[in-house]
Amino acid sequence: MKFKSLIITIFASSIFLSTIICIWTIMATLQGLNFTSLNFNLNLLLSIGLIIISIFIGNKFNHLLKIFILSLLFTILYTFLIESSPLWFPAGIFLLILFFTNKLKKYDLKYLNQDFISEKIVFEFLSLFAIIFFALVILFPFYIMFVTSFKTQTALLINPLDLSIDFSKNIFEIFKSYFVIFKTYDFGRYILTSSYVSVGTVLITLLFSIPAAYAIARLNFFGKTFLSTSILIIYMFPAIVLVIPLYTVFSQLGLRNSIEGLLIVYTATTLPVAIYMLQGYFRSIPKEIEEAGLIDGQNWFGIIIKIIIPLSLPAIASVSLYVFMIAWNEFLFSLMFLDNPKTFTLSRAINHLTGDAETPRQYLMAGSVIVTLPILLIFVYFEKYLVSGLTAGSVKG
Amino acid sequence: MSSTLSKIEKRTAYTLLLPAVCLVFAIILFPIFANVWISFKEVGLKDIRIPEPRAKKIVKNIQDNNSELKIIYKLRNSSLIQDIREVRFSDKLPKNIDPVNLDKRCEFKSQKVKCFFGDWEAGYRENFEIFVKDVNNNNINSKDIESSKPNLSGKSNNILLTTDFTLKNFKNVFINNNFFELLMTTFYFTFFGTLGAILLGIFAAQLVNQKFYGRSFMRSILLFPYVGPVVALAYTWTLLLDPNSGTINTLLVSYGIIEKPINLLGQKYLIFNILGLDLKLRLALTTVIFFEIWRYFPLAFLFILARLQAIPKDLYEAADVDGAGPFKKFFYITLPQITAILSILFMIRFIWNFNKFEDIFLLTGGASGTLTLPISVYQQGFAVSNIGMGSAVSIVIVLLLITFMIIYFRLIGKKANEI
Repeated sequence: MKFKSLIITIFASSIFLSTIICIWTIMATLQGLNFTSLNFNLNLLLSIGLIIISIFIGNKFNHLLKIFILSLLFTILYTFLIESSPLWFPAGIFLLILFFTNKLKKYDLKYLNQDFISEKIVFEFLSLFAIIFFALVILFPFYIMFVTSFKTQTALLINPLDLSIDFSKNIFEIFKSYFVIFKTYDFGRYILTSSYVSVGTVLITLLFSIPAAYAIARLNFFGKTFLSTSILIIYMFPAIVLVIPLYTVFSQLGLRNSIEGLLIVYTATTLPVAIYMLQGYFRSIPKEIEEAGLIDGQNWFGIIIKIIIPLSLPAIASVSLYVFMIAWNEFLFSLMFLDNPKTFTLSRAINHLTGDAETPRQYLMAGSVIVTLPILLIFVYFEKYLVSGLTAGSVKG
Repeated sequence: MSSTLSKIEKRTAYTLLLPAVCLVFAIILFPIFANVWISFKEVGLKDIRIPEPRAKKIVKNIQDNNSELKIIYKLRNSSLIQDIREVRFSDKLPKNIDPVNLDKRCEFKSQKVKCFFGDWEAGYRENFEIFVKDVNNNNINSKDIESSKPNLSGKSNNILLTTDFTLKNFKNVFINNNFFELLMTTFYFTFFGTLGAILLGIFAAQLVNQKFYGRSFMRSILLFPYVGPVVALAYTWTLLLDPNSGTINTLLVSYGIIEKPINLLGQKYLIFNILGLDLKLRLALTTVIFFEIWRYFPLAFLFILARLQAIPKDLYEAADVDGAGPFKKFFYITLPQITAILSILFMIRFIWNFNKFEDIFLLTGGASGTLTLPISVYQQGFAVSNIGMGSAVSIVIVLLLITFMIIYFRLIGKKANEI
C-alpha cells in the first residue's frame, strides 16, 4: 500500500513539476530567450530526485529552510545543465519550485501510509493539472493578442517568437498600433457606432420586452400558453436562416448600411430571450404588491413603472448586460448588412481589416484588443448579473 | 362585472404584447416563410436591387452674362438588367426663371418642369438639357438652381414578387453539390463539437466546485472565451495557428518537436501511419472543432456547475463515511445527479452548433473540408450570388432543425420542466 502511493506521488508530482517548468520555458521563449529544446526529460529526472528527497526528509527539518535549500539546489543544477539564460529565468524557476515544494508539505511517509490515499493523490494532482490547463488554454490567446499589438512589423519579422514589450521606447512608440488604428483606420468612429448600436439595442429591447413579459407573467388572455412556449421555439431559429430574406428585403427598403436596420434586427433576435428571462422573474414578485397598487388606482402602466420595474432591477440588469454583450459581439448581420465603412461596427471593421492581406498583424491585434477589452471589463465588473443572464440565455450561443 | 374586467385584462395584455410580437413576426417569422418563397425562384444577388431612374444635375454657363444658363441632367436607369416603365421627372426652378425651348416631353407649370419620359430599357442613358433664362435679364445665381433636386419615379417589375417558380434550386442542392458530404461534415462538426464542449464543461465544473486558492478568479476566466467577441478570438487563433510565423508552429519547430510547420487550418487531411495503417484525419475540420469546443465549453460549464452546487452535501458526507475516494464519488454520486442536465445540454448545444456560422466562417471560410450547411447558405447566396440557392439551403436547415426540436420535445421536453 505504502509503496504504491509513494510511486504514484513521485510519478504524478514529477510530471506536474516538469510541466510547469516547461510552460515557464515557453513563456520565456516568448520573451525572446532562445531555447532550442524544452528539456522535458532532464526536467523529469531532476524532479523525481527532488521529490524523493523532499518526501524522505519529511518534517524532520524546518519546513521553510528545507524548501528554500531544495529549491536553490534544484535551480542551480538545472541552470547549470541547460543553455545559458538571463537571471530572471532561473529566478522564475526558483519561485516555481518553492511554490511546488510548499505544496508537497503534507506529503511525508506518514501521510502516504493512510488508507485509500493513492486515489486522493491522483485526484489532487489532476486538479492541479486542470487549473494549469484551463488557465493556459484560456489566457494564452488573450495574452498573445495583447502583446502582439505592442510589437512592430520588423520586430515580428526578425523573431516571431519574441513578443516582449520594449519599455525603453517612448509611450508613443509602444502604443503605435493603437494610434495608427485610430488615425488611419478610423476606429474611433467604429467604437462610437458599436456603443450606439449596443446601447440602443438594450434600450429598445427593454422597452418592448418589459410590457410583453408582464403580460405573459400576470395577465390572462387567449393564446397565452401557446405564446409562452413559442417564445423559446422562435429563439431556436438561428440568424443564418433569416439572413437571405432580410438581406433582400432590407436592400429593397434601403435599410442596408443603416444603423436603424441593424437596431431592428438585433432587437428582434434578442427579444425572445429577454421576454423569457423577465417573465420568469416577474412571476416571483408577490401578486399582493400589485393588487395594492390596483386598489390605489394605478393602471397597468403605473403598475409596471412604479412597482414591477423597481422590484426587478436585478433581472433587468442581467437582461441588459446579456443583450449588450450579444449586440456588441454580433458579427453575422453586421457582415451582411454593412458594406459602407461609414456604418461599420467594430466587429465588421476588424473583419474588413483582414480582407486586406497586407494589413500588419499588430494592427489587427490592436483592433481585437479594442473590441475585446470593454466587454471583458464589463463582464468582470458585473460578473454576477451577466452570469445569471448567460445561464438563462445559454440555450443559445 | 367580472366579464368586463377580464375583457379589460385581455385588451391590456394584447396591447402590451403587440409591439414585441409584431417585431418578432417581421424579423424572425416572416423571413423563415419568405425563405420558402425565394427558394423556389431563380434569383441572383444582382436581381434584387430594384431598378431606379436616376439623374445627376449639372449647371453650366453658356454666355458671358449669367442671365442664361444650361442645366444638364445625366439620366440613367440604375439597373443593367431590368426596364423601367413610365418614368416621370419633375424639378423646381427658382422664381422669375423660366425655361427656354423646353423639350417636347415636358411642360412648365407653376415654376416646375414636369416631364414624361416613357419607358427606359436596361442600362438606358441620356443627357437631358434645359435652357433657362431670367425673366428680367438679371444674372442667375447658379447655386439657386443647383439647390433643388430633381424628382424621378417609374414602375418596374420586382423579381421577388412575380410568380414564376422553379425546382432548380432544390435539384442543385441535393444532386449537384455533393450534399451528402456537406451533411456529414455538418454532423461531424456538430456532434464532436457538442460532445467535447460538454466533456470539458464537466471537468471545469468539477474543478471549480472544489475549494482552492484563486477559485473565483478561475470561475471568471473560464467564461472569457464565450464572452469575448468571436471576431477577435477567431483572428487571434488564426494568427496563433498560422503556418508561416504563427506562434504555435514556430514554437514547435524551434523546440524540434515537428520538422515542418503544419497548416492546421488550411490542410484538409493529415495522413499518419499507425501500425502500418494509413489513417486520414480531417485536419482543418478537427482544428475548427477544437476552436468550437474552446469557445462554447463555458456554457456547458455554467449549466453543469449550477447543477453540481445543488447536489445535497450529505450525499458526499455519507460517501466519506463509507471510505469512497474522489473518483468513486464522481462516478456514483455526481454523474447520476447530472445525467438529466447533460442530456438536455447535449440536445440544446447540438441544435446550436448545428447552426454555427461565424466561427467556421472566420477561421477557414468553409475551405479545406470545413464546409457546413450554414456556411453553404452564405457561399451560395453571397459568394456565388445565387440568392435562390442560399434560400434552398436555409430551408434544408430549417427542416432539420424542426426535426431536432421534435425529437428534443419528445425525449426531454417534459424532463426539462422538472429541472
